[in-house]
Amino acid sequence: MDRYNRHIILSEIGQIGQDKISAARVLVVGAGGLGCPVLQYLTAAGIGTIGIIDYDTVELSNLQRQVLFGTSSLGQNKAKSAKQKLQDLNGSINIIAYPKKLTFKNAIDLFRKFDIIVDGTDNFETRYLINDACLITEKPLVFGAIYKFQGQVSVFNFKNGPSYKCAFPNKPNDDDIPNCSEVGVLGVLPGIIGTMQANEVLKIILGIGEVLSGTILCYDALTNQTITIKVKKSNKEIKNVLLHSKDFNKREMNDVCKVEDFEASIKEFLNEENVQFIDVREVYEQPKIEGIPITNIPLSSFLENLDLICIDKKKAVFCQTGIRCKMAVFLLNKHHITNCYSINEGASEINSYINKPQKSKINE
Amino acid sequence: MFVIVKYFGMLTEVTNCREETVEFSGQFISELLDELFLKYPNLKEKQFQVAQNQELESFDSKLTSTEIVLMPPFSGG
Repeated sequence: MDRYNRHIILSEIGQIGQDKISAARVLVVGAGGLGCPVLQYLTAAGIGTIGIIDYDTVELSNLQRQVLFGTSSLGQNKAKSAKQKLQDLNGSINIIAYPKKLTFKNAIDLFRKFDIIVDGTDNFETRYLINDACLITEKPLVFGAIYKFQGQVSVFNFKNGPSYKCAFPNKPNDDDIPNCSEVGVLGVLPGIIGTMQANEVLKIILGIGEVLSGTILCYDALTNQTITIKVKKSNKEIKNVLLHSKDFNKREMNDVCKVEDFEASIKEFLNEENVQFIDVREVYEQPKIEGIPITNIPLSSFLENLDLICIDKKKAVFCQTGIRCKMAVFLLNKHHITNCYSINEGASEINSYINKPQKSKINE
Repeated sequence: MFVIVKYFGMLTEVTNCREETVEFSGQFISELLDELFLKYPNLKEKQFQVAQNQELESFDSKLTSTEIVLMPPFSGG
């Protein structure tokens, strides 16, 4: 086939290798900064079946690094929008979009449909979930993660190798969530790290080269330095996951996500009177909310400032992306402060609702 | 002896440097960490692993290298 000619003429791949690629089934969790390059290269390479799971929608601030999307994708579900773009790149492969959240409930059945799982998510909660589900379903995990200018790549659960928990056994506290959308990230960095993940996927499928199994590669985009760190397998960590595999689908997303009942849209509060709007972002974060009175209580000093909370009002708590506010509501509930809602919309979206004409607010 | 300590990710925001040389007279990684915690109290709150000779080591291991890496988990994507 002409399309894959440059693969086929490589003696390390050939038609046999290309057939392996065509037969492979790869699930990419998260179609964000990492997921986009992974998906783009795997689609171009001709992976036979690609699954994309992402519940999130495309925002303007994503376009700086999430290269599958354009202005016309704004507001669309990422999995669906990515599928549309990828199908144009390669119409001969099977691409399945799952526009939903990966949960303890759906992960096992979903993972069983694929050969390799790629982690392109942006939070520890899902990363640890993916690791455990990969262990239970015996799927190799191609891991990538980024922070500002640095990235980590590795392959876990591959041919009896270590798992992510062998390297980092304890899930970090969720009030310590360092999320790209909140701390910033160099746009090209997920491109580099995601492309490295795609490379690991292809090596696993083809059985060539050295897979980064049991080794975390750390790349610094500012210094161009790369270090590799070996990870020892911890049978204790792995056993512990497998021991509880029967109850896996009954596990709940941790505290941060337990506030689901108290999630709400900003639209429900803008016309109400007895509401305190609480911004838990750090003081330097932009954009500022304009047009409604705001109480600023950064999450970093939240518990020290509980006296700023109006007990008798409804509390509409928001942040940059809708993650940290869940933590804040969780903390409020823990301190027996009720009537608190975490707002799904991020700050820029909230601004756009405030500035909409009054009529549309009522209609929505 | 002098040990080069390299910090990654959000740890550099606690230490305000990516790398530094510290004088150390102890034997174990945990002892070195205790000295770093005295210097940077907030470091104690952060999650990280320690690597020496390009390999993750438990904190109670002996320090066998003149260079160690403090590596936190990253979550961004």
